[in-house]
Amino acid sequence: MAKLTIADLKKIKEEYHANQALREGGFRVKITVHMGTCGIAAGARTIMNTVMEELAKSDKKDIAITTSGCAGLCSQEPMATIELAGEPPVKYIALTEEKMRRIFTEHVMSGKPVKEFALVQGHETTY
Amino acid sequence: MEDISLHILDIAENSIRADAKTIEIIIARDFEQGLLRIEVIDDGRGMDAATLARVRDPFFTTKHKKTGLGIPFLSQAAELTGGQVTVDSGPGKGTRVTATFHWAHVDRPPIGSMAETILTLIAGHPDREYIYEERAGDRVFRLDTREIKNDIENVPINTPEVLAAIRNMLKEQMKFEM
Repeated sequence: MAKLTIADLKKIKEEYHANQALREGGFRVKITVHMGTCGIAAGARTIMNTVMEELAKSDKKDIAITTSGCAGLCSQEPMATIELAGEPPVKYIALTEEKMRRIFTEHVMSGKPVKEFALVQGHETTY
Repeated sequence: MEDISLHILDIAENSIRADAKTIEIIIARDFEQGLLRIEVIDDGRGMDAATLARVRDPFFTTKHKKTGLGIPFLSQAAELTGGQVTVDSGPGKGTRVTATFHWAHVDRPPIGSMAETILTLIAGHPDREYIYEERAGDRVFRLDTREIKNDIENVPINTPEVLAAIRNMLKEQMKFEM
């Protein structure tokens, strides 16, 4: 079994507990990357990786990321939905790494949706 | 799908939608037979015989849409190399998808980045457990999120620092990363 090194673990645990005090419980933002067959074929995994990278850089503890299935708009993939607590979700379409980074900076971090990349605001059902 | 790691992500996402708690992914290269075998085994809700009979039909899906292309795409990719896909499943018994590819066939897709596939699964659904095993002849690499969670105690596995540590570990130790 591959193991993380002891030094890695110790550092991670210490940092986590130091930062834990800053966290107020619950998440301020939820990022959902659509990971259906259509999404994956269109590049959703790269978008997910970009989100993971940006999240690591941001050092924020109140952002949750997850994946969902096909939303029925396969031709618009890769897609992601950003939900800020207390605000309607915004669905972004035809994403690229660059678009995702801008959405992360402007919407996730600063609360301003990037209208030019958005499909629509509001809820949806994913399958 | 451009590579095998994306097919694997797609099949594992099916396991997540089937409420699997544990998903085991095995990639094994058999040098003697010249085969690459991929298995995705889950403990999700499974499928009944009628559903199972139609999993290769691209116009069959259990979801509210018109197509279900995950298994058909994988079947097509495997069959192009002279390999095949089998799906074993039963209600309450989980599902096992096995795909074989002829390693040296010109149409075999590259394996792609299994590290990105595993990290996407862990980051997207940290509540599930993942076992990833690579075998190439006698060499074996194995990752088990239950053991990692045990090591990190009460730190969530999707903390960016833990994901970064797992990424480094995969980069250094995986055999099939291409």
